[in-house]
Amino acid sequence: MFDLVVVGAGPAGSMAAKTSAEKGLNVLLVEKRQEIGTPVRCAEGISKESLRRFVEIDKKWIASEVIGAKIYAPDGTEVVMAEEIAGNEVGFVLERKIFDRHLARLAAKAGAEVFVKTTALGFERTHNGLKVKLRRLGEEWEVETKLLIGADGVESKIGRMAGIIKTLKMSEIESCAQYLMTGLDIDENYTYFYLGNELAPGGYAWIFPKGDRSANVGIGVLPSIAKMPAKCYLDRFIEKLGIKGKIVEFVAGAVPVYGEIETAVTDNIMLCGDAAYHSDPITGGGIANALSAGYHAGLVASEAVAKNDFSVRFLRRYDELWKADFGGKLRRNKKLQEFFLKLDDPTLNSLARSIAGKKIEEMSVQAIVVELLRSNPSLIELFKDLLS
Amino acid sequence: MVRRAIVDRRKCAYCGACIAVCNLNANELIETFLEINEKCNGCGLCVKTCPMGALSLAEV
Ligand SMILES: Cc1cc2nc3c(=O)[nH]c(=O)nc-3n(C[C@H](O)[C@H](O)[C@H](O)COP(=O)(O)OP(=O)(O)OC[C@H]3O[C@@H](n4cnc5c(N)ncnc54)[C@H](O)[C@@H]3O)c2cc1C
Ligand code: SF4
Ligand code: SF4
Repeated sequence: MFDLVVVGAGPAGSMAAKTSAEKGLNVLLVEKRQEIGTPVRCAEGISKESLRRFVEIDKKWIASEVIGAKIYAPDGTEVVMAEEIAGNEVGFVLERKIFDRHLARLAAKAGAEVFVKTTALGFERTHNGLKVKLRRLGEEWEVETKLLIGADGVESKIGRMAGIIKTLKMSEIESCAQYLMTGLDIDENYTYFYLGNELAPGGYAWIFPKGDRSANVGIGVLPSIAKMPAKCYLDRFIEKLGIKGKIVEFVAGAVPVYGEIETAVTDNIMLCGDAAYHSDPITGGGIANALSAGYHAGLVASEAVAKNDFSVRFLRRYDELWKADFGGKLRRNKKLQEFFLKLDDPTLNSLARSIAGKKIEEMSVQAIVVELLRSNPSLIELFKDLLS
Repeated sequence: MVRRAIVDRRKCAYCGACIAVCNLNANELIETFLEINEKCNGCGLCVKTCPMGALSLAEV
């Protein structure tokens, strides 16, 4: 009998398996793909700080470093963030194919069992835990465990089977398409974000440099208001901007923009990462929160085993930890996302013009909002709800 | 005849977006192979969500 079965070897699952195995738990990590980390479903951007909190940086999986971000309003007005503080709070663009594998290896090294090309089909409750049904190469069998962590990403079935989460609505998910392009003529010191209701309804387009004149060029749109598939918006964006380069890789994906769920646990089960809608409702970034959630779920799993208590009451400790770390930010950014969705292109343009040229010395959504309020006091009424 | 989602395998990029929005657990992504089963009621949510435009509704 396992202490813990973790479903999904993305950043959340590998971190959970690593943390709990280091605490001496008998852990099984199952991943349905035959190769961990591929296909990539990510633009691979993360702040240095949020990565350092949980892993030792290894150049092998850092594609590039940036010193700031440039944001473009629909009319092209540019807002620059963090330009003056190079070397400090700067960002990384990862090579997730290598990063995800590295994390899974750390989990294995810590003692976790790893099964790839193995799908978790479901689970059943027993008198003292769970039976998890697995399938590999057409063969089905069951393993017994005290605890189960669903880190199975945006397509999470564990969370829905356990009744912890509801299916995402059309307004709660970003549908994304991305090309890895090469031969680009860009300043590789920055990441680039493009806003506009025509350009990317309910989302944005991005360019994240990966070194050697290559970059992830992608777009996310909200299906509730998009008029065509994300890929069509991406092709239109590339044409409109006149981006010249060769496409060497193709990526599609989706990311939850739900906000904070009330709880990520039930008896014997915890969810982390995209499976718990932990990704940021404004940026769609989810690696940092997935790492944090995985870490905290791993810790609580080891405490639960030590106390032999797998009840929802005990596992709420995990809710407390992830909520204390980033729950408030998910809540606030969900409100911000809803606010931004109401702005039409002329308003976006005038807001951007009001802060263009000002130095925003921190790379965060909050820093922009503060600057916007300073420059547009009339917005304060609208933001009252957010600030409360 | 019932209305169901069908996938164009030449367009599908096996990303799993359609799985995230299906209320009926009517689809599954087996590595790179999307399967839509008989639970599908043709609601069309996955069609709207697919980034590739690989899904459509058809009478089957
Ligand atoms: C186009 C795009 C761009 C993005 N850009 C960024 C970015 O720049 N920065 C950022 O921070 N985030 C970004 N994100 C979000 C980020 O990719 C996710 O938040 C992150 O990968 C979540 O990690 P996770 O471990 O929760 O899930 P995943 O990384 O999705 O891992 C889940 C794993 O579970 C496996 N799995 C699923 N079901 C089963 C099953 N039944 N049995 C076994 N295994 C299963 C899957 O195969 C997968 O490997 C982006 C997302 C998309 C789609
Ligand atoms: S959303 Fe579209 S591209 Fe993605 S797996 Fe489903 S059918 Fe394929
Ligand atoms: S059409 Fe509706 S029920 Fe059928 S697979 Fe798509 S989302 Fe599920």
